[in-house]
Amino acid sequence: MPVKNENWTPTIVAFCCNWCSYAGADLAGSSRLSYPANVKIIRIPCSCRLNPLFVLRAFQRGADGVILCGCHPGDCHYTTGNYYARRRMTLLFSMLDYLGIDRRRTRVEWVSAAEGAKFSATMNDFAKTITELGENKKLGDLRCKE
Amino acid sequence: MQRMMIDRAKELLASGQVNRVLGWEQGEHSWDRTPAFFDGGNIENLKYDGFCGPNVSKYLVGEVAKDGVVLAFLKPCDSWSFNQLATEHRINTEKVYAIGVGCRGKIDVEKVRAKGIKGILDIAEDGDTLKVHTLYGDSTVERKEVLLDKCLSCKGKEHKAGAEFIGQSEETSVGDKFELVAKLEAMTPDERFAFWRSELSKCIRCNACRNVCPACSCIKCVFDNPHTGVQNKAAADDFEENLFHIIRAFHVAGRCTDCGECSRVCPQGIPLHLLNRKFIKDIDELYGEYRAGAEIGQRHPLENFDKGDCEPSIVHERGGSAQ
Repeated sequence: MPVKNENWTPTIVAFCCNWCSYAGADLAGSSRLSYPANVKIIRIPCSCRLNPLFVLRAFQRGADGVILCGCHPGDCHYTTGNYYARRRMTLLFSMLDYLGIDRRRTRVEWVSAAEGAKFSATMNDFAKTITELGENKKLGDLRCKE
Repeated sequence: MQRMMIDRAKELLASGQVNRVLGWEQGEHSWDRTPAFFDGGNIENLKYDGFCGPNVSKYLVGEVAKDGVVLAFLKPCDSWSFNQLATEHRINTEKVYAIGVGCRGKIDVEKVRAKGIKGILDIAEDGDTLKVHTLYGDSTVERKEVLLDKCLSCKGKEHKAGAEFIGQSEETSVGDKFELVAKLEAMTPDERFAFWRSELSKCIRCNACRNVCPACSCIKCVFDNPHTGVQNKAAADDFEENLFHIIRAFHVAGRCTDCGECSRVCPQGIPLHLLNRKFIKDIDELYGEYRAGAEIGQRHPLENFDKGDCEPSIVHERGGSAQ
């Protein structure tokens, strides 16, 4: 059910953990590796800080895709945060799929502080997927749109 | 059975072993049963029959803060919630004397009405049939045909808690409880989206599902926070009810005992238990079978982890309908 809009470009929200992925994004920048400008990075203290409400709010406010980046399992700054996040996000994404939001619009990637190239590649790939999927279903307030 | 329960409660009250009794009393109509507390004075008002659908365990949360011991009559499904609340330290089991009571499945009056029976004045149970007395004469209904949905996917009639037991139970479960979840999973995403939009847009945000849920026992609820913007219907966006219900189900994921109260109390008839059951199904499939409330002291799957857990990309990889 893609909504036709010629001027549409995807809006992607990337939640990045402070210790690995945000630093990874920083490295991507200082290494001059490009990633799409549609990716809006939100820094969170740890991947397990990602309240499921944040993901839903992002979709509600018009995100076409949401990606969570955190430290590799076993490398969490807080030892175990990303293990909990992994279980939570698995269940949340499964639930979103159950409610009819395309499962390809949600993703979790583990990006360390040394993986600037991976960050750039992941974001490019995710933006490509979302662009192909087209505009998300209208989850926001219909009354405020034309 | 009601007589036996009242007599036993009187004995225990007289001996001083318990100070209050938690059970059901008659509500507005002759078939309404509402959870209530009793003492020696009004214990004769205690009712127990086929209409006692409400889960009483959550009422113990506030009650154990008071002095004295509460005698709680628990149906088999209530005992799971009781264990879960005890696991979460919301119920001090030393202040509760639990008696398991038998259950033959509980009756859904809406289903009697759905059979075209109008103007109901009274319903009497008579073995496997119900005698319905209406303004337009009397009729009979098969008991099995009008059981609550939650009784049709009952977890079994074994009590998981209780110091003693009264009465006999009868199995009421028919079929696989994940049948409807699997049916939804087999639909295309657009069909699922349309299904849940049509169901959840009926929501009037009365919060009955939250208030009745024995797993929703937080003193301060995220939905009562005026800064979240999710507290009422007037501010509702198109996706607002979906959001509310996803979060409501997510907050009880792994702790939900599948008691089915959320769907029972919904004034709009939204099948909310299908959201909770989806989480139960996923947990069973991904992290091993887990039954919240099976015993006191279990550690639930979301406050636990394994280094070898599957990656969230499993959602993309495993079956389900084509996109």
